[in-house]
Amino acid sequence: MNSSQARRPGRSDTPGGGAAGHSAARRAVSGRLPWMLVLPAVVGLAFLVLPLAGLLIRAPWSTLLQRLAEPQVLEALRLSLVCATAATAVCVLFGVPLAWLLARLEFPGRRVVRALVTVPLVLPPVVGGVALLLVLGRRGLIGQWLESAFGITLPFTTIGVIVAEAFVAMPFLVISVEGALRAADRRFEEAAATLGASRWTVFRRVTLPLIMPGVVAGAVLCWARALGEFGATITFAGNFPGTTRTMPLAVYLALETEPDAAIVLSLVLLAVSVVILASLRDRWVNSP
Amino acid sequence: MFRRLSRWAVAVPVALVIAGLSGCGSSDTAGSTSSAPASTSAAAGAKDVNVFAAASLTGTFTELGKAFEAAHPGATVKFNFGSSATLAQQIVQGAPADVFAAASPATMKTVTDASLASGPTTFVRNRLEIAVPKDNPAKVDELKDLTDPKVKVALCAEQVPCGAAAVKALDAAGLKVTPVTLEQDVKATLTKVELGEVDAALVYTTDVIAAAGKVQGIAFPEADKAINDYPIATLSKAPAGDLAEQFVDLVLSRQGADVLTKAGFEAP
Repeated sequence: MNSSQARRPGRSDTPGGGAAGHSAARRAVSGRLPWMLVLPAVVGLAFLVLPLAGLLIRAPWSTLLQRLAEPQVLEALRLSLVCATAATAVCVLFGVPLAWLLARLEFPGRRVVRALVTVPLVLPPVVGGVALLLVLGRRGLIGQWLESAFGITLPFTTIGVIVAEAFVAMPFLVISVEGALRAADRRFEEAAATLGASRWTVFRRVTLPLIMPGVVAGAVLCWARALGEFGATITFAGNFPGTTRTMPLAVYLALETEPDAAIVLSLVLLAVSVVILASLRDRWVNSP
Repeated sequence: MFRRLSRWAVAVPVALVIAGLSGCGSSDTAGSTSSAPASTSAAAGAKDVNVFAAASLTGTFTELGKAFEAAHPGATVKFNFGSSATLAQQIVQGAPADVFAAASPATMKTVTDASLASGPTTFVRNRLEIAVPKDNPAKVDELKDLTDPKVKVALCAEQVPCGAAAVKALDAAGLKVTPVTLEQDVKATLTKVELGEVDAALVYTTDVIAAAGKVQGIAFPEADKAINDYPIATLSKAPAGDLAEQFVDLVLSRQGADVLTKAGFEAP
């Protein structure tokens, strides 16, 4: 109770800070539309949406259902959803603590570490896949030890797909959660600490609930990135139906011979991800 | 400021008109006489030959491109190397290609069916080999060894020419191989061998030679049943006109054949 009252003065600048403030703000900026903003916005929207329209217009609607019923399509779709979800879980498990480390601990070289975290964002995914092979492959630095000690090989397995997707998607989660941690009011944490809570308790009972919207937003971004992952997956995990051929890989191969089939597969992936993201948004994120 | 702008305003259309005229001239009048003025106007930098070629031709065509530029001062050969199937799709979708060299007749057919080229010529053939890591950890020495479930095998996906050839060779041998991965092109397949991630793969002889000792190649008799023909053709609407024909002539010449056979290709 107290905390929500205390939050208000400090956070009045954020959207959703209170219904009354929101409508007052809207009244204040009413008037002529700023064309300098609206025009580029419409162009930007068209740029993002037109390729989608292209897919819908060119889709072979007459044979759509027949193509969807092919067992390979469902297999690839199932694999994509399972792997993207597992990769997101891995990212949350390791990414949230990593974000906490970057946002809350002072240590030498923190800037360098933060830059390193974003490396998978700028690295071409195929290069990321090769890098993963060099470390976790059968002859890689860690991979050869994994194989000799435990008989585990990651390339060409479903676990390999999850590893590749987590590698590429993790920065999205870390950046999003770190941003939330920096924006969160630290006075609550300090208050909890002065009342005798340990650092772990503070994190679990105060920090985590405060940054939950950031974690969810990061996880959604992370999941979406993992679902569309192609380069690192095909390089590190290979491509075999049922074990490593996810939807993006199936789309790429279909494009080689049957562009129509590739369009259908793309639409399926798109439809499924939009439905899942939209339903998540309603449940987790307070949309205005 | 204004003067500089107006100078550009004149110069740009003039340059475009010159480029356009010389482009039309060379494609309208076929014959050896028109090639002389075409190559002089090339000094203005207007003469590019865009060659779309199969990934397996990367080394040899780059070499031939340099020879072509040396023989045709002012001309520039630009390459787009990639999976033949992808290149064929790009051409059908309107990519500005002058020459298409494919790794299989099927991918060339995509382009000829769209009436974008006609009368392709087979210029080389390529044969499959088993590629194994240098130390050959699984002791592979014939095609039958690939059927062992303990041997990790990479093949090209059936949608790309090297994968189609692999299926044909294995069918001819009556063998059933379960690969761990179906790669998107022959270079990716070879990389898996180079890194030691698989014990064996079926790739082209030329790729084994190009890997220069990083992998070991093993020839197998069933490869005779799955030899790939490489067709080449100029596109009917080639913007480079005669220059495109001349590049194809170079590939088909004695000099071209020498470069290609040195890399492991076979004469058609």
